[in-house]
Amino acid sequence: MQTATLPQKKMTPAEMSLIVIFLALAAFCTLIWARAWEPAYGFHAALFVVGSLASAFAIFARFEQRDAEPAPQEIDGKPNYNIGPIKFASIAAVVWGVAGFLVGLIAALQLAYPVLNFDLPWIAFGRLRPLHTSAVIFAFGGNVLLATSFYVVQRTSRARLAGDLSPWFVVLGYNFFIIIAGTGYLLGITQSKEYAEPEWYADLWLTVVWVTYLLVFLATLWKRKEPHIYVANWFYLAFILTIAVLHLGNNAAVPVSIYSSKSYIVWSGVQDAMVQWWYGHNAVGFFLTAGFLAIMYYFIPKRAERPVYSYRLSIVHFWALIFLYIWAGPHHLHYTALPDWAQTLGMVFSIVLWMPSWGGMINGLMTLSGAWDKLRTDPVLRMMVVSVAFYGMSTFEGPLMSIKAVNSLSHYTDWTIGHVHSGALGWVGFVSFGALYCLVPWLWNRKGLWSLRLVNWHFWLSTIGIVFYITAMWVAGIMQGLMWRAYTKLGFLEFSFVETTDAMHPMYVIRAFGGLLFVAGSLIMAYNIYKTIASPSAGEVPEKALAREGVLAPAQ
Amino acid sequence: MSNQVHVDEVTGTATTGHEWDGIRELNTPLPRWWLYTIYATIIWGIGYIAYYPALPLIDGATKGMSGWNARSEVVEELSKLRAQRGPMNDKLAKTPLADVKKDSELLAFASAQGSAAFATNCAPCHGAGGQGAKGYPNLHADRWIWGGKLEDIQQTITHGIRWDSDSKTRSGVMPSFGRDKILNEDQISQVADYVLSFTNRADKSANLASGKKVYEENCAACHGDAGKGNRDLGAPNLTTQVWLYGGTKADIVERVRLGGGGVMPSWSERLDTTTIKALTVYVHGFGGGEN
Repeated sequence: MQTATLPQKKMTPAEMSLIVIFLALAAFCTLIWARAWEPAYGFHAALFVVGSLASAFAIFARFEQRDAEPAPQEIDGKPNYNIGPIKFASIAAVVWGVAGFLVGLIAALQLAYPVLNFDLPWIAFGRLRPLHTSAVIFAFGGNVLLATSFYVVQRTSRARLAGDLSPWFVVLGYNFFIIIAGTGYLLGITQSKEYAEPEWYADLWLTVVWVTYLLVFLATLWKRKEPHIYVANWFYLAFILTIAVLHLGNNAAVPVSIYSSKSYIVWSGVQDAMVQWWYGHNAVGFFLTAGFLAIMYYFIPKRAERPVYSYRLSIVHFWALIFLYIWAGPHHLHYTALPDWAQTLGMVFSIVLWMPSWGGMINGLMTLSGAWDKLRTDPVLRMMVVSVAFYGMSTFEGPLMSIKAVNSLSHYTDWTIGHVHSGALGWVGFVSFGALYCLVPWLWNRKGLWSLRLVNWHFWLSTIGIVFYITAMWVAGIMQGLMWRAYTKLGFLEFSFVETTDAMHPMYVIRAFGGLLFVAGSLIMAYNIYKTIASPSAGEVPEKALAREGVLAPAQ
Repeated sequence: MSNQVHVDEVTGTATTGHEWDGIRELNTPLPRWWLYTIYATIIWGIGYIAYYPALPLIDGATKGMSGWNARSEVVEELSKLRAQRGPMNDKLAKTPLADVKKDSELLAFASAQGSAAFATNCAPCHGAGGQGAKGYPNLHADRWIWGGKLEDIQQTITHGIRWDSDSKTRSGVMPSFGRDKILNEDQISQVADYVLSFTNRADKSANLASGKKVYEENCAACHGDAGKGNRDLGAPNLTTQVWLYGGTKADIVERVRLGGGGVMPSWSERLDTTTIKALTVYVHGFGGGEN
């Protein structure tokens, strides 16, 4: 029933201009597709064409269906939170997570049994390895960060996410970048920079997406209804801003041609190595640490229903952490062509970083005071608390390994792989799982998760898997380091490289077994989350802790 | 949100008064042990920076009180290693190749050095124990393609095989009889049967007479009329059970079709003469060495 008083539905300038931009991009990429020098690059251009056309169509279809007025900022005085993009990123995180862990398992099995490379270039270890690292860090971790940051910034600002199309552009554009990056690795497109393998055109696309992300986040903070910015949002902002700077600095490259995927990086020699590890270490520091500390600062107090342990600690450790992390990169280049002075500074900043890192652990763990009993009844909270414990362990191990004397033994060995995985599986993985377990029932308006028993299974399988993984890599790495430096009485090397790999084989098998347990746990999570979304009336909440009812004194 | 100071019941600590989505923050002071440990690491860091090269200047960097630098440490460690190997190494350098075996102590040293050098440089192709693989000769057998005397082995290691950048490299390439259409498929099959007959393995139905004719016209110049091979040309002996590329008829047919030969680097480009001498003694001692 149309009446004259209803406003005429009109396309917003944003909708109109985005449709034009996407159509222009589709035309431009068609040209590149037709003239591409390499088939793989042509394939990517084709993906861009399809993606751009789909976007233009989706914006138009959305316009057809939407109300004449834009979505209200508030409904009945309560913020009208935008949860569509968050739902998408949450599901994407689960899907990419399972895929990334699985590729990791295959890569681990290839290391133990090289025959599993099957002499096929697309699935050779050299291509699966970056596929695994990018899938778990950027696809799984990145989507968890997108989902939680968009959720947390809205809730703690009491404001609807800024922008109408931009949050969707960030989430979908980011996942499109993941597809370009991942298919590129399998087809052999790489600029050979660790954790920054995607080539120039993928980097350009990510830059556009990331700057939009930063603007959406800032604009949401700008219109917040709370007088202060919550600590989690400081960490998210540090993460988004620094990743933008790192991405631009490390990917400064000149393409051979607009019709080729190949580019040359502008840095050379040891300067390139230094820029690479300034980037690489701060990808750890700001993506995998600051971003996930933000998750911890919202989800742990929320789930434990306890106040954050110390406001002052959160301020001091935040500034100390972001100031110190940015200098620690040179510890990846100990005993190389990097000048001694840079190595010294890298080591010093890494060691001073120890306590600022632990500030986050203290705040995470001590927030549980008064609610420790919940660890018995709530496996989701237990998962997040164990993640903080793993965080504490890895951030002690990191400074330890940055000491030059230790590094001379650990560098280039599997100890590094073990260290990375205690942080990646234990800290990043578990805090993400915990956040997803909280987020999914909230987003889909369920009473709770479909099954807490399955969360328990996920927790124990993964924990045991991580223990197998890390201990195997400690043994393999230290053994390897000691074998490399062993000299005979006459002054000759005692072992060849081949002998070290032979000696590590049993450890590689154990590592793959640990990975298998972790993959199994993630499949249980995927099933549980699927059932939670699919069954509107089901949902378990942890049984009320006795302390809440005043039966027992709270543990402190 | 309220600005009234709220005191947490469980801990008795005041909160900061803010609240975000139900989350409050306690006003707990910094844990002392945490703060003092930061101070300790900072003080240690200042000391470390003063002691080691650390601060970049316009031209170079501070050298630190220790004067330490990574380059000098490497030089020092290498010279220690040289001193450890020193006397025996000098003795090995001076002793003629043939005499190394006469001195049991020197032989032990050379074998140890050869073993270490072999594991790093040779094992990737010839196997950890020198057992070889398809295309990579077994070094234990007493069937040598280029000769098994001490000086033959030394020559091979020093200059490599078919290694173009070394003018003294061992050369000699088998033609690609099939690919270059020198022989047709029938002829290749016949000559393979004939080669099998050297080891009495030819099929009864084989046309050995035709094979013999092809062999004499194309192969005998290098491999000899009786198939005994020619070490000067690197033409393998075809009358033994040792086959570099496999000894079945299919393997032989493929070799005749493709020809060519394996490549070994000229190790003088990478190893010093004493190390090559030690390697020679070590490989010669596998059991197949000739006198």
